[in-house]
This record gives sequence, structure tokens and C-alpha cells, in this order.
Amino acid sequence: MAVSGGLLVLFIVVHMVGNLKIFFGREEFDGYAAWLRAIGTPALHETWFLWIQRAGLTLCVLLHIGTAADLAVRAKRARPVRYRHRPKVQGGYAARTMRWGGVILVLFIVWHILDLTVGTVNPRGVHGEPYGNVVAGFQPERWYITLFYALAVIALGFHLRHGLTSALQSLGRGNAVRERGLSAAAAVFAVAIVVGYLSVPFAVTTGLVT
Amino acid sequence: MKLTLRIWRQNGPSDKGAMVEYKVDDVSPDMSFLEMLDVLNERLILDGEEPVAFDHDCREGICGMCSLVINGAPHGPERATTTCQLHMRKFKDGDTIDIEPWRARPFPVIKDLVVDRTAFDKIIQAGGYISAPTGAAPDAHAMPVPKPDADRAFEAAECIGCGACVAACPNGSGMLFTAAKVMHLGLMPQGQPERYDRVVDMVETHDDLGFGGCTNTGECTVACPKGISLDTIGMLNRDYLRATAGGAKK
Repeated sequence: MAVSGGLLVLFIVVHMVGNLKIFFGREEFDGYAAWLRAIGTPALHETWFLWIQRAGLTLCVLLHIGTAADLAVRAKRARPVRYRHRPKVQGGYAARTMRWGGVILVLFIVWHILDLTVGTVNPRGVHGEPYGNVVAGFQPERWYITLFYALAVIALGFHLRHGLTSALQSLGRGNAVRERGLSAAAAVFAVAIVVGYLSVPFAVTTGLVT
Repeated sequence: MKLTLRIWRQNGPSDKGAMVEYKVDDVSPDMSFLEMLDVLNERLILDGEEPVAFDHDCREGICGMCSLVINGAPHGPERATTTCQLHMRKFKDGDTIDIEPWRARPFPVIKDLVVDRTAFDKIIQAGGYISAPTGAAPDAHAMPVPKPDADRAFEAAECIGCGACVAACPNGSGMLFTAAKVMHLGLMPQGQPERYDRVVDMVETHDDLGFGGCTNTGECTVACPKGISLDTIGMLNRDYLRATAGGAKK
């Protein structure tokens, strides 16, 4: 859970940095996207690295879901008779929504790949021109798509908020002295990720990026 | 005070059980929660009814026997307090109070509010001991222990093994208890010979008994009457990784 999640967090950071390149204009953004397909050349054939990375990410996601499902099944088995009176757990919204938040994220990832990787649900969907596709995808009249992206990214923020501190604890890195600092750092990181990711669709919807 | 109690009644391990409502009048705010139940039971006995079975022993907050989930909170609403040390002044006249047993598969209900916590004994048997001969009480400071380690071990040793952590955990995990026992011995010099076997054996036994896995929600530490902190589990995880991935287990 912690290890697969940690690797996915690394991807999330790199992916966000890549997204932000859209603010430097069409040429740089499309050029960056083209470079992603060419990483490792000429040692590797074009897009080989990309496919290796995709395979690695898929493996991480599957391991992450697998371990989460195992924990959920064990939790269900461990309490066959439920409490009649049970207030909401006190550990906070983030901890409480990890499982359903994860389901939302999987659904989002499927849509996101169909939208901006494969292009089937993108109104433009021209291969090799991500700048144009992003701009077409988040036009003001497609506000519901922007809203869906916003909800998914906020769900990701909550997922990271609990996930980061939890992963550090699982890897034995947490202690009482550092706990407060780590918890605050996780909150700041989660907010930074949410803001970074949301800046792109909102910039398009509000006409900042055209 | 006049109270309405809704208490889990279950005649035996195989009985289905249900919440049963009782009205209790003339409750003094100075009574402990258990004394309030004593008052109810005295009346039930006089009326020829079966009294409510509940666990208790020292009634001083140190034995770990009392075990009631009160309005969904193990040991009730007051932080760092056992049920026996909870007083009725924490409730209001006319309140309705729901009282349930610990709910976890490894803690089967014996009767009413009494659960069988043998599972915790099994976790202790798996590693909660030392083999170093300690003899009679040694001279103070004969074996120096760093003060932070001594304090940390003492904090962990405060665990009274009541099981509130399991009752509170949304995953039904007993990891706070296990961590307290592992670190209480693992931080002391006398506990070193078995340190890395202990952590693996106790965690494996914990899992085999059907407790859930820890997802660091922190419910346990809120419910713990001794305030065992969540980072005790972090320390257990560190020792567990050293024992398994680090190869420290023999």
C-alpha cells in the first residue's frame, strides 16, 4: 500500500509539473509531449520508455487496489456484527473516504485516459496536439467536464492528505516529534497538488489559456 | 437524573441479541457509569429479571476489565478515561444512552456486554515476554537505559489491554495494543534478544486471530484510556521492516 502509493505520488508530481508547461505556450507544451514519447531514444525505440512507464504505473495501481481490497475485506470480516450506535470516525474526512475516494479516482483515470491520451471522448482528439485538445476539452460550454475534473482532483487531494502520513507511518518513518510537522507537510503538499492540477482546466475555462 | 438506557442484551454466545430499553430514575451525577449500572441491576434482580452482565474489576481505571461502548465511543465520551472512571455528571438529565459490547470477531460476546478477550492473551503469548534472567530487583542504574527510551517504554507499558483500540478501529484492528506490547519490551535492554522475533510473531498472531489491518485512521488512540499514541504503531512498523525486509529476524 505504502510502496505502491509512494511510486504513484512520484508520478503525480512529475505529471503536474508537465501540465504546468501549458502556461509557456503551445509550442513548449506540445514539444514536451513529443519529448515524452521520445525519452530513451536512440537507445530505446520511440515510445518504448512510455510503455515501460505505463506498465509500471498499471502494476502500481493494481498492487495498490489489491492491498486496499485485502484490507477492506479483513476489516469487514473483523467486525461481523456492526454497532447500532456509531458516530462518524474521528480520524478526519480524508481517512474516512480513502476507499470510496479511491474508486472515484479509478473512474476518473479511465475517463482521463479516454479524454486526453486516447482522445475518444475529447471534442478535438487530435493525436500529437495535446495543447489544442486540452483547450478544446475545457471550453466554458463544457463546464461539467471541468467540474468533474475538479471533483476528482479534490478527491485526490484528500487521498494524498491521509495517504502520505499513513504511508510514512507504515514505513516506520513517523514519530511523535515529527508527527505534527509531517501532517502539516502532507496537508500543504496535498493542497499544492490540487491547486497545480486545477490551474490548467480553470485557466482554459476562464479563457486564460486559449 | 433520569436516564433512558438502551443496552445490548444477548443471552449467550449463540444468541442473536438485541438492544433493550430501560428507564433509570434517581441516578446521582456523582455515580460512576458502572455504579449506575449497579443501580439498574439491583432493580432488575428485585423485579426477578436477569441482571445486565458487564465486565469490571478494580474500578480504579487500571485493570483493563471494563469494556463498554457508550454512545458509539469505547469507554464513553471522556478522553483518556476508562468506563469505571467515567461519571454520570458527564451526561445530562433525560439523556438516552446506548450501551454495546466491544464489536470484533476475535472478541466474541459471552453474555450481554461481556466479551472474551482471550485473543489478546494469545498475542502476548506469541512474544510478550523476555528470556533474559533478571533475578531479584537490581540496583538502580546498574543497567543504564537512555531516559527517552525509558520514558517511551513506560508510555507503552501503560497499556492495560482493555481492547478499546479494537472496539474503536473502523478496521477492527488490534495494532495499537500489539504495538504497545512490542515497544514496551523492544525499547528496554532486557527485551533486545527477542526484539525482532517478537514483532513478527506478535503481528502474525494478531493477523491470524482475525483482527483487521491498520490503516492509520487514529481512532484507536482517541479511544485509548491510557492515551497510547499512534506513533507507537509507527515504531512497531519500523521494527517489523527491520525484522523482515532488513533480515533482522533470526
